[in-house]
Amino acid sequence: MQIDLRTVSIKQQRNTFDHLARRFGDKPASRYQEGSYDIQATENLHYRPTWDPDQLIYDASITKIVMADWYALKDPRQYFYNNYTLARARQQETAEANFSFVESRGLADMLPDELKQIALDVLVPLRHAAWGANMNNSFISGYGYAAIFTQACMFHAMDNLGIAQYLSRLGLLLGDQEALTEGKTAWLDDEAWQPMRRYIEDCLVVRDPFELFVAQNVALDGLLYPLVYERIVDGYLSAKGASAVAMLCQFMNDWFDETRKWVDAVMKVAAAESEHNRAILQEWTEKWSGRAAAAMLPVVRKALGADADEVVGEEVAAFKARLKKVGVDI
Amino acid sequence: MSTVFIALQANEDTRPIIDAIVQDNPTATVNRQPAMVKIDVPGSMTIKRETIEEHIGRAYDLQELQINLITLSGNVDEDEDSFTLRWNS
Amino acid sequence: MDMQVAKKKLSLKEKYKLLTRDLGWDTTYHTKDEVFPYVQYEGIKIHDWDKWEDPFRLTMDSYWKYQAEKERKFYAIIDAHAQNNGHLNITDARYLSALKIFLQAISPGEYAAGKGFARMGREFPGVGTQVACQMQSIDEIRHAQTQIHALSNYNKFYNGFHAFADARDRMWYCTLPRSFFDDALSSGPFEFMIAIGFSFEYVLTNLLFVPFMSGAAYNGDMATVTFGFSAQSDEARHMTLGLECIKFMLEQDPANLPIVQGWIDKWFWRGFRLLGVVGTMMDYMLPKRVMSWREAWNIYGVENGGALFRDLARYGIRPPKGWDDAEKGIDHMSHQFMLALYQYNFGTAFHSWIPSEDEMEWLSKKYPETFDKYYRPRWAHLSKLKAAGTPFANMGLAKLCQTCQIPTVFTEPDDPTSICQRETEYKGEKYHFCSDGCQHIFENEPEKYIQAWLPMQQLFQAPINGDLGAWMNWVSLIPGKDNGDFDGSEDERNFAAWRQQATSNQ
Repeated sequence: MQIDLRTVSIKQQRNTFDHLARRFGDKPASRYQEGSYDIQATENLHYRPTWDPDQLIYDASITKIVMADWYALKDPRQYFYNNYTLARARQQETAEANFSFVESRGLADMLPDELKQIALDVLVPLRHAAWGANMNNSFISGYGYAAIFTQACMFHAMDNLGIAQYLSRLGLLLGDQEALTEGKTAWLDDEAWQPMRRYIEDCLVVRDPFELFVAQNVALDGLLYPLVYERIVDGYLSAKGASAVAMLCQFMNDWFDETRKWVDAVMKVAAAESEHNRAILQEWTEKWSGRAAAAMLPVVRKALGADADEVVGEEVAAFKARLKKVGVDI
Repeated sequence: MSTVFIALQANEDTRPIIDAIVQDNPTATVNRQPAMVKIDVPGSMTIKRETIEEHIGRAYDLQELQINLITLSGNVDEDEDSFTLRWNS
Repeated sequence: MDMQVAKKKLSLKEKYKLLTRDLGWDTTYHTKDEVFPYVQYEGIKIHDWDKWEDPFRLTMDSYWKYQAEKERKFYAIIDAHAQNNGHLNITDARYLSALKIFLQAISPGEYAAGKGFARMGREFPGVGTQVACQMQSIDEIRHAQTQIHALSNYNKFYNGFHAFADARDRMWYCTLPRSFFDDALSSGPFEFMIAIGFSFEYVLTNLLFVPFMSGAAYNGDMATVTFGFSAQSDEARHMTLGLECIKFMLEQDPANLPIVQGWIDKWFWRGFRLLGVVGTMMDYMLPKRVMSWREAWNIYGVENGGALFRDLARYGIRPPKGWDDAEKGIDHMSHQFMLALYQYNFGTAFHSWIPSEDEMEWLSKKYPETFDKYYRPRWAHLSKLKAAGTPFANMGLAKLCQTCQIPTVFTEPDDPTSICQRETEYKGEKYHFCSDGCQHIFENEPEKYIQAWLPMQQLFQAPINGDLGAWMNWVSLIPGKDNGDFDGSEDERNFAAWRQQATSNQ
């Protein structure tokens, strides 16, 4: 069948789907809205889970946080699968170029041994922490409520895996497979890493998805990324001439910068919902960020030695200021 | 013998891939359907990176198959040089 | 300058192992049971998670790269489709019914599957398995979204698409896929893998996506073909995950065999019932047909499923218990389903119709044993009633199967003239079933299936209280627009008028 390609003007019958018209008015919806709002089943759920008959298949009450509408937790980046994937594919190309730049020019071998060792000691064990973060976000995505929130958590989980893999490649590039073996041994046995490992393992048994969001994405990452990537990698190592390491970590820096806007938005909306929520978020943030700071200290010491206390203190203060802006005062 | 198959979208990218598959698997049957091409081979099918590279004249990563793959059947074994589908019966 | 010692290039397998498998560790601050609390209760014994094989060794960098390429292609096509009124290229507006069913019934299932795989991505104690499940989770989000986006433009011009989110939770026929996915999500992790990863993805999705999507291409619908094939390229990974998972369970411990076999029996039948609707779409709703449901079944069911079960026979697996009954039903089910949809079309948010003489010829050629003998006479009768101005509508309430939730419209496997009905009494209540398969599923887990939400019962409760108008309002169905016979519908009129406008100079 051949159709004349000139544009035919025909009368559109409606602008959008009913559920979107109810939320946003009768106007064309964005692809983010179409792909995210109300796509999780909400009514007439058939069976109770055999793995926990006290829960519903989709159950908003398994967290202490209460939202009148969970779809209020909008992602300021408006990520749905497409623009998320395209964004990461672009970043991935940059990361690839950075790795091949460092590799092809032999920059890894030009690093002073002492700095290389610090990079390996601090960064390689973190690939396990990133794997823990992946499992935690997979959990939040799996048990959290409403697609708008949980899809972003799944994207976050995949990012955590990507970071774990970039850190592994960094280890291979700077120190071959032995670096990964040593990093894992440190993660498992080195005293300095045990508070961190314990933190992650404690997270793995938290089954309130929103508390886990606070523990992992707010508290731990909120301190870990500034301390490791800004202070140690970009600050300390680069200043001493190891900017090759910073190149290999560009993804993590950009990623934290981008994703914290989403994390902040989630916290802000949840806290603004009610005093009940705010009090719980404060309690969780206080509890977990205190522990996260303590877990970071021995790690930061590996690079910054005696300055570690001061640097961690500064970042804790910055973290508190950040949280205060979203309505969580600790 | 059981048949393994792979179906690819019918487009410019897959034309040389299909040629390469047929070259490496002489017992292959090619079924062209609307928008897709399904290739059946009795027992097992091996797709070789080298043959595809000969056909397209550039380096090829077998994971690129993912982009135009529609479906397959059989146990998968993949490494950097070949992608194999096989039934063990 | 120093000579650079080239580092040994890692093979794909080694690289994947280091970059993925090696990330995990055995927890010591909490026991394995605390960290992975759901992997014991189903009775599946796993001794060594490291024996899990990853067939597609995708790391995130490759995942983003290849998926982005697929996404660019997909959205370029649907943008062009929307900009150029691509909907006018379809063969006939009747075809839209298939898309409406897809959006109401299948796309929400994609999302549900994504949710389930996010849980599995956390609950399984092996990194390889977890990562494969997580990738499937994010892929399923992709599928739900690409489907909604591809069909969004149709919604702007045609009826029946607008309330898919309401239909998902309230519409009587949507409860069929809903109960299927709710069943899987309420199961333990291993059963979920057999339900979705193996039975649905491996045994059945080829039937859903491949011939039907090829049919969409044949009917000029590039938007749907594109999402179908683009989604299916992920399915190749998902199917392989399902197959690896079942082999893994069977290889780990011989005691797993009877449990796995039971799930295969159950989920094959659940899936087969669910896909009955696809058979109807293929045989009746594609104005230009690529192949019949029977032909598709022969390729993807008999041939491919047969190969699969011969392969698994080495573990002691036999074909699913319902396999023979399925085979006996193939030549009947699409006709029985379409007849039911036609009779109840006052209550569907898509149109149905009496097939044309031409189409009946095709059906009789494709179904030489059954169509002329059993179904042509019924269509002829319905035709006569319609011509007399008294079209048949079945205003009685359908008796739904407690398990699959389809009205009991299918016939006995060995007697196509009598409706198959089964009954079980449990704790003083009677439950009805459409088949032996569904009855067995109930009897194995009655405490689960008595919880099923039954839409027909809902009709008599508040807020509907038996009022059909109130029910339509509740399911957001607009009478006279969304429902009824295609013949005389607004979709028919609009499509004809717009097409006329597009192909002529007026």
